[in-house]
Amino acid sequence: MANEMSESPVFAVKDLSVKYGEFRAVRDVTLDIGQHQITAFIGPSGCGKTTVLRCLNRMNDFIDSAKVEGLVDYHGVDLYNSEVNPNEVRRRIGMVFQKPNPFPKSIFDNVAYGPRLVGKMSKSDLNDLVEKSLRRAALWDEVKDRLKASALGLSGGQQQRLCIARCIAVEPDVILMDEPCSALDPIATTRIEDLMQEIKKDYTIIIVTHNMQQAARVSDRTAFFTTEVNTQSDRRTGVMVEFDLTEKIFSVPSDERTEAYVTGRFG
Amino acid sequence: MAIVTDSQRSVTRSEVHQAITRQNKHIPTIALGVALLVAVSFTLLTLFALLARIITQAIPALTEKGSGFLTDTIGSEASKVGIWPGLFGSFGIGLGVLVIAVPLGVGAAIYLEEYAKKNAMTRFIIVNIRNLAGVPAVIYGVLGLIIFVGWLKPVTNGGTVIAAALTLAILVLPVVIITSMEAIRAVPLGLRDAGYGIGASRWEVTRDHVIPYAMPGILTGTVLALARALGEAAPLIMIGAITGLLPETSLSGKFTAIPMLIYSWSGRPDSGDGGVGWSNAAAAAGLVLLVLVLAFNVVGILLRNHFEAKRVGT
Repeated sequence: MANEMSESPVFAVKDLSVKYGEFRAVRDVTLDIGQHQITAFIGPSGCGKTTVLRCLNRMNDFIDSAKVEGLVDYHGVDLYNSEVNPNEVRRRIGMVFQKPNPFPKSIFDNVAYGPRLVGKMSKSDLNDLVEKSLRRAALWDEVKDRLKASALGLSGGQQQRLCIARCIAVEPDVILMDEPCSALDPIATTRIEDLMQEIKKDYTIIIVTHNMQQAARVSDRTAFFTTEVNTQSDRRTGVMVEFDLTEKIFSVPSDERTEAYVTGRFG
Repeated sequence: MAIVTDSQRSVTRSEVHQAITRQNKHIPTIALGVALLVAVSFTLLTLFALLARIITQAIPALTEKGSGFLTDTIGSEASKVGIWPGLFGSFGIGLGVLVIAVPLGVGAAIYLEEYAKKNAMTRFIIVNIRNLAGVPAVIYGVLGLIIFVGWLKPVTNGGTVIAAALTLAILVLPVVIITSMEAIRAVPLGLRDAGYGIGASRWEVTRDHVIPYAMPGILTGTVLALARALGEAAPLIMIGAITGLLPETSLSGKFTAIPMLIYSWSGRPDSGDGGVGWSNAAAAAGLVLLVLVLAFNVVGILLRNHFEAKRVGT
């Protein structure tokens, strides 16, 4: 496998820094994200990996104190350009969160919510889309007889797959996953991981995970983040140490901090 | 096959039994329990004494007049009065509060919680709204007299039920805003993330997820606000509610409301001949007001249950 990307990247992030008020959460992140690849962000708590992830679909807009500097280029468009419509960005770059967060609605309405926002659809088209999305999320067989039942009655793993189906239903280009399995048991985790492999031929996936084995199992490329302590203020700022093919990160990392982390000597 | 450790600790069954079973009564715990029980009993007793008093006082007036007590107009003879003008006025005030204070208050709460940047200006506004909730009702009466009876006379036609409804709507607005803000703040962040994460706009998330989830809390605030507005007499005195004769009820003419009648009638001397006196009429009016507030509460609670059921996704 070549180290170079064969086609133009989905994201080209350059010198990205995020501040929360005066506090600099993460600095100088530069990385390219390839199409139809799974990219994993790993690193200890507080290293800024979730912050970087949330910059990629402008979810940080909702934090008043957050200030994003640097360039986030998405297919050649600067996402932080003032002419960009952030809602449209989030529709194309969907997000799955740490804690499964289905709407307090029926299973059907959860999946149909996004498509209904986008525009009017005939009932049969909508039914087809919901079925297709649930099938893609490997949930259809478990819920097809109770689509009208509350999504809150599903198990945690099913809820998370429902959230993935809900995300898929608006036909995004990228799916951002923020520790999607941290609230799930190992069996549910395996199902989500299988699902990611299944859908990566259609979507570009970026996953933040605390679980190194998970990163090693599912991702094509891995970015390792860590924290730097400012000795004067005793504040920690996240930095990206290394970004490479996953097999290299886990076997022959070029930075000793990465090696210490992936071998379990630190963090 | 005992689990061997080098620890010297070992626990016997009797030690465990002694440690975790209650050996003697803990006096402060019992004292606290008694004190709390006294507090509850005192509150309940006061409430029941009040209710019993109102009901026994009201019975003579209600048996004398029957349903005429609700439909007849006010007058100068205690045994002949009805409270129709008061009922009309109070109903108008209640409606006004619902139509004016609830949309304005919920709208303000949504703006402050979901849209406004959390900066010094927003905090300043919120602190002031909290303070407004503590301003005495009579001050709002002065405000109503100047603004709604005076300046806005072309709209309200002076001291009418419209001016009263506007004044009381402003009076309860802070309560509606604060309770709605608290309800909105209690909406899980994950629910907003879920909406934003698939491209919903701020308004779509607010409309489809935040407001429905916050609805039970908003309704609780609405019921509280309504009960407060229906019970106030002081602002009505200021804006000129009348207590004498009121043969006709209309939106554009003189008005009165039930708390105003209770206040006025309570101050009138009973004849002392053992017949229906003003104190009986006042108690009966009080009972009607209680029933009215209770009815609003029941509707509020039913609606709240409806929205709470929706939170589990059915």
